[in-house]
Amino acid sequence: METLNQTFAYIWHNLPFILGLTQQHLRLVGIAVGLAVLIGVPLGVLIVRFKSLAGIVLGLATVVLTIPAIALFGLMIPLFSLIGQGIGAVPAITAAFLYSLLPIVRNTHTALTTIDPGVREAGRGIGLTFWQRLKWVELPLAVPLIFGGIRTAVVLNIGVMAIAAIVGAGGLGTLILHGISQSDIRKLIAGAVVVSLLAVVMDQVLLRLQRVLTPKGIR
Amino acid sequence: MIELKNLTKQFIQKNGQSFNAVNDVNLVVPEGEICVLLGPSGCGKTTTMKMINRLIEPSSGQVLINGEDTAGIDTVTLRRNIGYVIQQIGLFPNMTIEDNIMVVPRMLGWDRKRCRERARELMSMVALDPDRFLHRYPKEMSGGQQQRIGVIRALAADAPVLLMDEPFGAVDPINREQIQNEFQLMQRQLGKTVMLVSHDIDEAIKLGDRIAVFRQGRIVQCAGADEILAKPADEFVASFVGHDRTLKRLLLVQAGDVADAQETQTATLDTPLSHAFGVMDDNDARYLAVVDREGKPLGYVQRKDAKGAEGTCADKLKPFSATSKPDENLRVVLSRLYEHNLTWMPVLDADGRYNGEVSQDYIASFLNSGKTHGRQRMALK
Repeated sequence: METLNQTFAYIWHNLPFILGLTQQHLRLVGIAVGLAVLIGVPLGVLIVRFKSLAGIVLGLATVVLTIPAIALFGLMIPLFSLIGQGIGAVPAITAAFLYSLLPIVRNTHTALTTIDPGVREAGRGIGLTFWQRLKWVELPLAVPLIFGGIRTAVVLNIGVMAIAAIVGAGGLGTLILHGISQSDIRKLIAGAVVVSLLAVVMDQVLLRLQRVLTPKGIR
Repeated sequence: MIELKNLTKQFIQKNGQSFNAVNDVNLVVPEGEICVLLGPSGCGKTTTMKMINRLIEPSSGQVLINGEDTAGIDTVTLRRNIGYVIQQIGLFPNMTIEDNIMVVPRMLGWDRKRCRERARELMSMVALDPDRFLHRYPKEMSGGQQQRIGVIRALAADAPVLLMDEPFGAVDPINREQIQNEFQLMQRQLGKTVMLVSHDIDEAIKLGDRIAVFRQGRIVQCAGADEILAKPADEFVASFVGHDRTLKRLLLVQAGDVADAQETQTATLDTPLSHAFGVMDDNDARYLAVVDREGKPLGYVQRKDAKGAEGTCADKLKPFSATSKPDENLRVVLSRLYEHNLTWMPVLDADGRYNGEVSQDYIASFLNSGKTHGRQRMALK
């Protein structure tokens, strides 16, 4: 109980510092997932258009997700050292980006392949091209599922980003690392709690956004 | 006009053998007619239809629309000029009803105002209030209402040709009947060239100017509805149309078809009963209709009343309790005969003049005679 009180006291007294870390954390996740959306949604569309690619792309994305975060950072340090970015934000964002691809690509693919066959046939039958169907019908209908993928990616990578502190990316992981290295349980708990809270809050925020962006006719 | 020439679709089965889902089909649908492709599932009727808008590419053969080979038209242009209605309806759930109806016209570059007016016009054709429904979403409408929208979406850009794949199959029976009636009324005004796939013989009889019965990828018979029922080409067609096919014909044959086959004999009020009896005796009739100077029926005299009687027909005149019109179908006619416990009644033309008579005997002998009702779109135009 005392530890908890001390933790709260710590958070209270270091609020600006913790908020700064939170902001940094969010920015890193935001950039990574943002890039993953920009690449992942078109990739999902592409593997619907060219079915033969679907197996390879989804397989690769799955394999990437199975690599432990710590190993991925280990792999990237020598790789990015070649361009002088071995530690810091670049490897952290790259890792989070790669982890985000699977949920986003897979959900986009699933959403587009499970569209009501009647809707698709009607679209083809009245003379819509593939891109017109995508733009006017299938992507709007896919919004809830694609957003589901984005939310998974965000929650997942808020966790991953906490580990990224070991490569000097900053963010809330810094607090946890300090807690471990200084044997300061308050920092450890504060870091962990804020990371969890952040994940829950962001998931809710994105859920609201998803509801707003979902076409009225399928809400 | 739609023409299919030697149309064939070959599929390769899993075991490597080829299989003709549609086998050398030849068919002509004249402009303004509804042709129903009828048959059990897997008979190739849907495949045949989908080769017209090239949702399925033909393996060989030709599809001509108004004389033009569709193989030379790109699929998107082709499909925009062919209305398409499917059983699953396939409205776009993310669009309002108005947007759904106007997808094709917008692609064709119609301006906003014209689209709006067209949407309202189409809605009133299917008896849906535009103000109430145009801004709703598909999920906010019943299945029957959605299918009405499906039909008018296909009509929106006023394409001359309409393909309908079991369009009313997913609608409940009461609504189905109603939508069929509405569609029939619309078709009378619009005169589209329609190809409709169905497995429902009653739907085919009701809507088809012509019915093509499919079996294993081939057309086994293509004829007007009454001819299919009266003279099925083989045992398969006979069993598919049902063993009550003669009763089904009652809907197709009209009082005029039957009455016209009879010699019309009438008397007037001042015709002596002895003369009337003579006419009945010559014609082996049990009754004789009595008309006024304009030919309008006043009633009838019975043979037993006229036999050996003095006076004129006016003395023994009995009134008609029911009459019929030439364009009423035999189902309605028979129902009325039974309702009034009659064996016959007069048929009156549009001006109310006596125009022959229809009796239970005449109906029976017509249905048995091998004659058929042509059903040449006399109801249309």
